[in-house]
Amino acid sequence: MAEAVSVAAESFAGGRARGARSVLGQVVLPGEELLLPEQEDAEGPGGAGERPLSLNAGARSRVRVICGPGLRRCGDRLLVTKCGRLRHKEPGGGGGGGGVYWVDSQQKRYVPVKGDHVIGIVTAKSGDIFKVDVGGSEPASLSYLSFEGATKRNRPNVQVGDLIYGQFVVANKDMEPEMVCIDSCGRANGMGVIGQDGLLFKVTLGLIRKLLAPDCEIIQEVGKLYPLEIVFGMNGRIWVKAKTIQQTLILANILEACEHMTSDQRKQIFSRLAES
Amino acid sequence: MAAERKTKLSKNLLRMKPRRAFIEEHWYLDLPEFKGKESFIIEEQSFLLCEDLLYGRMSFRGFNPEVEKLMLHMNAKHKAEEVEDETVELDVSDEEMARRYETLVGTIGKKFARKRDHASYEEDENGDIQPIKAKKMFLKPHD
Repeated sequence: MAEAVSVAAESFAGGRARGARSVLGQVVLPGEELLLPEQEDAEGPGGAGERPLSLNAGARSRVRVICGPGLRRCGDRLLVTKCGRLRHKEPGGGGGGGGVYWVDSQQKRYVPVKGDHVIGIVTAKSGDIFKVDVGGSEPASLSYLSFEGATKRNRPNVQVGDLIYGQFVVANKDMEPEMVCIDSCGRANGMGVIGQDGLLFKVTLGLIRKLLAPDCEIIQEVGKLYPLEIVFGMNGRIWVKAKTIQQTLILANILEACEHMTSDQRKQIFSRLAES
Repeated sequence: MAAERKTKLSKNLLRMKPRRAFIEEHWYLDLPEFKGKESFIIEEQSFLLCEDLLYGRMSFRGFNPEVEKLMLHMNAKHKAEEVEDETVELDVSDEEMARRYETLVGTIGKKFARKRDHASYEEDENGDIQPIKAKKMFLKPHD
C-alpha cells in the first residue's frame, strides 16, 4: 500500500499522466489523469510530457470508452475523482469496443443512481405518493400505481414503516429521486413490499458489490447453513430472515463481519457454526 | 393603455431577437469542436455496467420458493443475453392442460344437460365427472 502511494505521488510531482492500462488493479488517487490506450501509442516511447498534435482529428478511428463511477472525462483523458483501485472490463461481444473503466472505491453514503435496486423504508404517505427513505440526501417518491396490478381502485397495501424493494427511474443531482416497483414490462420481478419479520441492517456499499459478485464464496457458504432469505439493496442495506431469531442474528453478524475477515477466519467460523 | 403596453413589450422582444441570434451564432461556432470530442468518452455513474452483479433477492434451502424461482429466472436471463437461448417457456405443462380439459368437458356438459341426463353425471371415487356415454333415443315399439 505504501509503495502504491509513493508511486502515485511520484507521478503527481512529475506532472505526467500515466496510461490507464499500466495502472489497472493499482491504487489511484483523486486528481490523477489517465491516458487511454490510443493516446499512449501517440505519446511514443519515453513520453516526457510532450503531447504531439493529433493530425487525424477528423478520423473516427477512436473507440468509445465508458468511464464509470470514480472517473470523469477531462478533455481526452480520464480524471480520477475517488481513491481506490482502477478496474477495467472488456466489452462482451456486439456493441462498441473500448470497454469500461471504473474505480473500485469504498464508501458508506449512498448516492441514488438510475437503475439501482434498493431497499427503502416508507416514511410518509401523502395523497398518491409514498415518501421512501433510501439513505440518500432526499427521500425518494414512489407512486401507488408503480406496483404490479395496481389501479386507481385497487391500491397496494403499503403502510408507513414497510420495507420496499424497488429500482430508481429518475436519479440525478437536480431532481428528487423517483422509484418504482415494476420493470418496463409492468411485472414485479420480486420488487414490492418485503414481507414480515426479518432484520434490516446497514453495511458499506463495497461489501454489497462484493457479495453480489457472481463467484462470491461467502454467499455460497452462507446458503449451506440453514434455510434463509436475503435481500440486498445497492444503498448498503441488507434484509435477512431465517426461521428463528437466533439464526437471523447469527446471519446478520456474519455478513457485517465478513468484510474485515480473511478467508481462513471465515472458514473457521463457518465450520464452528456447522458443528453447533 | 393596453395597446401602449403591447407595443412596449413587442419592442423589447424585437430588441432581444437580434441579440439572441448573435449569441446562437456565436455558440454554433463552438459546437463542432466539442462534438468531435464528446462522442468519444461516455460518463456513467452506475455500477451495473461495470460489474455483472447477481439479482438482489436470494433464498436458500427452500425458505421462499417464489424467490428461488425468481433467482433462476433472473440469473439465467442475465447469462442468456450472451448465449441467446431460444427455448420457449411453457406457462402450463402439457399434462396439466390435458387434465384440465378432461374435467372441463364434464363440467360444461353438465351445464347444458337436461334433468334426465343428470343421473349419468355421477361422480366416481376420484371425484372426476365422467361424461355421458350414450344418448337416449326413441325406441320403436315391437309388434
